[in-house]
Amino acid sequence: MSAGAPRVGVLALQGDVREHAAMLESLGAEVSLVRSPAQLAAVDGLVLPGGESSVIDKLARQLELREPIRERISAGMPVLGTCAGLILLAERILDGLPTQLPFGGLDVDVRRNAFGSQVDSFETELEVPALGAEPVHATFIRAPVVERVGEGVEVLAAVGERIVAVEQGAVTGIAFHPEVGGEPRFHRRLLDRVERVSGA
Amino acid sequence: MIENPSTSTSATGSARVKRGLAEMLKGGVIMDVVTPEQARIAEDAGAVAVMALERVPADIRAQGGVARMSDPDLIDAIKAEVSIPVMAKARIGHFVEAQVLEALEVDYIDESEVLSPADYVNHIDKWPFTVPFVCGATNLGEALRRITEGAAMIRSKGEAGTGDVSEATKHIRTIKGEIRHLQGLSKDELYVAAKELQAPFDLVAEVAERGALPVVLFTAGGVATPADAAMMMQLGADGVFVGSGIFKSGSPERRAAAIVKATAAFDDPKAIADASRGLGEAMVGINVADLPAPHRLAERGW
Repeated sequence: MSAGAPRVGVLALQGDVREHAAMLESLGAEVSLVRSPAQLAAVDGLVLPGGESSVIDKLARQLELREPIRERISAGMPVLGTCAGLILLAERILDGLPTQLPFGGLDVDVRRNAFGSQVDSFETELEVPALGAEPVHATFIRAPVVERVGEGVEVLAAVGERIVAVEQGAVTGIAFHPEVGGEPRFHRRLLDRVERVSGA
Repeated sequence: MIENPSTSTSATGSARVKRGLAEMLKGGVIMDVVTPEQARIAEDAGAVAVMALERVPADIRAQGGVARMSDPDLIDAIKAEVSIPVMAKARIGHFVEAQVLEALEVDYIDESEVLSPADYVNHIDKWPFTVPFVCGATNLGEALRRITEGAAMIRSKGEAGTGDVSEATKHIRTIKGEIRHLQGLSKDELYVAAKELQAPFDLVAEVAERGALPVVLFTAGGVATPADAAMMMQLGADGVFVGSGIFKSGSPERRAAAIVKATAAFDDPKAIADASRGLGEAMVGINVADLPAPHRLAERGW
């Protein structure tokens, strides 16, 4: 690994951490798993993986990661959240547990399990103009959707009328899983941003 | 229910979609529950999914009789209570119980040795289903045969309903050890290994190449304490099922949360120590060595 490789963490409390780490490594990043505030302090960008958002929220609070993550996001750290990660980045969670708290970062409302149960999970080709003409192969697993988009939030993709990818500043949230289908462009976008922000 | 987009390129029930849900459960704890109230406790404690059952394995063991799929009303009530995935068990080989569970839109079906087998020769052909399946295995060959039949997730069997973790340890060590062994073989030796494992060559070669199963591997059967769960994770499990261990203990709420924490922080002994404090009594349990062979559930399935 070259000295100038972007340092990116994957929040490793629960979920498909390994898939994200493998994708980032294949793109040349210096990847570390984040389970403590000290590990968070050592990275310049962060991926919030897929998983159960209610579980990741709980563990983040127990392990005293919630406040440090919120601080880093408001200080402009580039972040990519997929599925549960999108839910954690929302301003407000619809249909969450009463006690569930998002980190915030995206001025959106997100509904959990918006497509139904697992038998309704699907994979599809998705137009994401910001990533180029070639569609993204997107895997939706008990996926959320964005139901309200605030000012300054850019919509990157939708399935019919339903918004499934958004971006605000350095924070990107998507309802599906590029990491399980070998789609590298969202992760590349994160690394480019980390390189710009950290001046590497 | 909202209709999914029916473009020509959309697909439900593909291997990637089925295996994908299991990927999202990694690092988590799946808890057996028998009532909506227990499901609520499990979700609040941080369970990543619940298994809806009429009786936990310890009670099936104590009461005897034929153990079958749960009542659809119970499954519906548990689905209505929680927002996390709900799994349910079908008997080994009982493809109609599986059809019923799919119609009920459970998120995963466990073709489980904890219930009484319905077919002592064949397991369910799991490929035609849209809902994914998890199956138990005691060794690598068994795991690969289940994957060949369409299982999208494997759990080591352990010995359910005992609170004795020794069988779970044996099964996860066996599966992991057999994978490591395959990695050291040359191609000509892999043909023989496939024959000995009674599994298709292509799948055996894939495991040898990757050094892992092509699906997520959880562990189950006898996990009763935070340290048990962390030990399974350190042995290489992707997550744990906890059956009787939570709701047969003195303080289910605290024990459930503690096992969740220890599973996430499995390599941090201080965190496991903290999680282990003040949990009250663990389930009393049965030593597997004291179980006569006909009462060993792990020997069901082949």
